[in-house]
Amino acid sequence: MVDLIWLIPIFPLCGAILMLLIGKRLPKAAVNVICVGSVFLSFLLSLGAVIEAHGQPHEVILYTWLPMLKADIGYLLDPLSSVMILVITGIGTLIHLYSTGYMAHEGGYYRFFGYLNLFVFFMLTLVLGNNYVLLFVGWEGVGLCSYLLIGFYFHKKSAGDAGKKAFIVNRVGDWGFIIGMLLLWKLSGSVRFTEIPAALHHYQVETSFGILSIAALCMFIGATGKSAQFPLYVWLPDAMEGPTPVSALIHAATMVTAGVYMIARSSALFHLTPITLSIIAGVGAFTAIFAASIGLVQNDIKRVLAYSTVSQLGFMFMALGVGAYWVAVFHLFTHAFFKALLFLGSGSVIHGMHHEQDMRKMGGLRKYMPYTHATMLIGTLAIAGIPGFAGFFSKEEILTNAFLTSKAVYAVGLITALMTAFYMWRLMRMTFYGEERFDHHHVHPHESPWTMTVPLMLLAAGSALVGWGHHAFEHFLAPVFPVHEPHALDATTGYALLAVAISAGLLGIFLATRFEVKGAIAKVLLNKWYVDEIYDFLFVNGLCKKGGSLLSTFDRTVVDGAVNGAASLTRSESKMLMWWDKWIIDGAVRLSSALVQFSSYPTRFVQTGQVQTYALFVVVGVLVMFGIYVTRS
Amino acid sequence: MQSITTMHYVVLAGALFLIGTMGVLTRRNIVIILMSIELILNAVNINLVTFSRMYGGVQGQVFAIFVIALAVAEAAVGLGILIAMFRNKGTVLADEVDLLKW
Repeated sequence: MVDLIWLIPIFPLCGAILMLLIGKRLPKAAVNVICVGSVFLSFLLSLGAVIEAHGQPHEVILYTWLPMLKADIGYLLDPLSSVMILVITGIGTLIHLYSTGYMAHEGGYYRFFGYLNLFVFFMLTLVLGNNYVLLFVGWEGVGLCSYLLIGFYFHKKSAGDAGKKAFIVNRVGDWGFIIGMLLLWKLSGSVRFTEIPAALHHYQVETSFGILSIAALCMFIGATGKSAQFPLYVWLPDAMEGPTPVSALIHAATMVTAGVYMIARSSALFHLTPITLSIIAGVGAFTAIFAASIGLVQNDIKRVLAYSTVSQLGFMFMALGVGAYWVAVFHLFTHAFFKALLFLGSGSVIHGMHHEQDMRKMGGLRKYMPYTHATMLIGTLAIAGIPGFAGFFSKEEILTNAFLTSKAVYAVGLITALMTAFYMWRLMRMTFYGEERFDHHHVHPHESPWTMTVPLMLLAAGSALVGWGHHAFEHFLAPVFPVHEPHALDATTGYALLAVAISAGLLGIFLATRFEVKGAIAKVLLNKWYVDEIYDFLFVNGLCKKGGSLLSTFDRTVVDGAVNGAASLTRSESKMLMWWDKWIIDGAVRLSSALVQFSSYPTRFVQTGQVQTYALFVVVGVLVMFGIYVTRS
Repeated sequence: MQSITTMHYVVLAGALFLIGTMGVLTRRNIVIILMSIELILNAVNINLVTFSRMYGGVQGQVFAIFVIALAVAEAAVGLGILIAMFRNKGTVLADEVDLLKW
């Protein structure tokens, strides 16, 4: 089965092609079977391949695409990509199943599933590709699908705008990725993942900012775009305009973690540049606390989760930055479960509330939606870091590793953990508990169908349990990453850190039951630190509009001037040509005709027009010829 | 009595031909001109028949019949043109018609 890994992305591709070509004519049941089935087949195949591979890397090269770059259409199955494909196909299957319930009454049903399958294909290409070029193909492909799915309700202007914003902000990051990729190729002579670590072996660890650091930094810029890190995170909250399953699959569980995957994949490079690593840790920590602070006051249920995602991604980058690559991937893994769960839960709430997303108009939903409530509670406890649930293990590992590297990063992480617990419990409180603030005449909350609750339960089980496998996970991933210094941590400090982390989570929940963020700070937070406004001022208005008017002045004076100058030059030149034409060329023609006319004067008088004159000429001619004949013989 | 020889016929034909030619060149009325053309053609016919008889063949006589037929056609066309001209220009005099003039 290991040799068949190239089949894994093919199933969703077939589903997507079928949907986009003939999906319109298929009944919904067929769409469900094909789309959910294709991803499920991929999942089974992935599972089989991962079990058979037994932690050994396997490479399948189908076709050499760009020989100069050593870029192939080839697939690599190693522990890192194993984790990724299982997350993508496993959670992808659940979300596809969920979507059959969630999207049941929406138009463009086949289109939605076509895009979703296409996304799964590109995401699998991204993580299974054995080189950076193929990774980049997947990278751009998921960006495209993200754009298509954010703008799925394209008749709404805000959805279209959000799609464009996501696409454009991602482009800013992509140039970094391309430059980083080419630099890495220049440095190591290959873009294959299997060859790069060995090729980089003879480089020393860079203590100053050198070429390796630049390459790594460029790749990190690419990752900030895709994985919504500061300053390029702005597209992710707006991406919530898309349908909720899309938010769960693309903007929480899989695509946004592509940056984390890419840096983990490039760990051989990043390991050589401590400076870039510290930049990553700093950016990650700042993003984590920044996004979490915005999440504290948002009222849109999906926006809270969006900022939470940005914040959790910040956590992952924090882990990458302190050199704990496997921890970042582990957090990616657990986060995929509980964040997909929370998003799908919120989708279930939105579905049950007739497309209401404002938490101020909810409350007391617990008795109407028991399953949704129970599963979301598990998700909340997981993300808040309550012991025993998945998020606890990964977050605890991140904080411990941060503590060993930098106390400042650790402190930021701890505060962020507290904020996380706060905003998540605030979400639960406003949605499921307290008084019922919705309009009973128009809104009748109801539990969602089984296609939606079953994925919720499975994800809840995952969110509760997957954390226990953290030792196995560490051993499984160990061969992929550079050797990480063992924990120099004595037992007392370890327990103290554990206690602090747990109490931060509990304190956050406790505060959320009692308090709200109020006053001027709340206003600033509600306006997201005015980052969108600053970007508008600097880039949209500043660079585009002011720059646009500058360009239009330039256009009017220089470009138009050149055009006008050329035009008048042509005009005067054509005047000269006209004079030449009129007097010289035409003159020559007229002169020749006048000469002919002049020379014709003597002969014209012969033509009298009288028949008899002509007859006379004939007779005279005959006589002359007769005379000549007679005299000659 | 002196018999009529070939020479007589040839002289007669030559005389007719000269009369016809002079008529074509000098008369102004187109009707007369056409008649003069008939004279020329008949002079030629006399020649043809004379030499045909002299050599004992029939080709000359056959040819003379062709010429007569041709003369009829020519007369018809010529008179047609004449009538059309009279209708348009109101004249049958050749020297008053000089449309072919430069």
